[in-house]
Amino acid sequence: MKDKKFIILGDRDGVPGPAIVECVKSFGGEIVFATTECFV
Amino acid sequence: MDLENQARIKELAEKYGPENLVVILGGAEAEASGLAAETVSNGDPTFAGPLAGVQLGLPAYHIFEEPIKSLVDAQVYDEQVSMMEMVLDVDAIVKEVATYREQYSKY
Repeated sequence: MKDKKFIILGDRDGVPGPAIVECVKSFGGEIVFATTECFV
Repeated sequence: MDLENQARIKELAEKYGPENLVVILGGAEAEASGLAAETVSNGDPTFAGPLAGVQLGLPAYHIFEEPIKSLVDAQVYDEQVSMMEMVLDVDAIVKEVATYREQYSKY
């Protein structure tokens, strides 16, 4: 899992993209795209 | 899911190979999270975006799910995610995302 490339789809009303980015960075995961969606 | 994000994910799958990608979701509720997991694996069920009819087979996990959560540094998880974990319906979200992943993910 750690060797995969990560696509992050955060949610403004849930866990936003930047928070998930910090999580993935903490285990050295490679992030290829991160965004925060808004479902309103 | 946002149409621009669908286009971006399609491009990334072509560039890196779908077998090398994992999608991590932060959705606030089960239905929207499940819809995102379905879109990146079985295609856009609303047939509105670039992933309509495109079965990338990407595995999607919610950040709350153990295979991801267990990798994250505990202090970082605590600072960034724990608060939302307390207020959202974690069981429903995790169940919905896992259902689509198990059904449609090819990797």
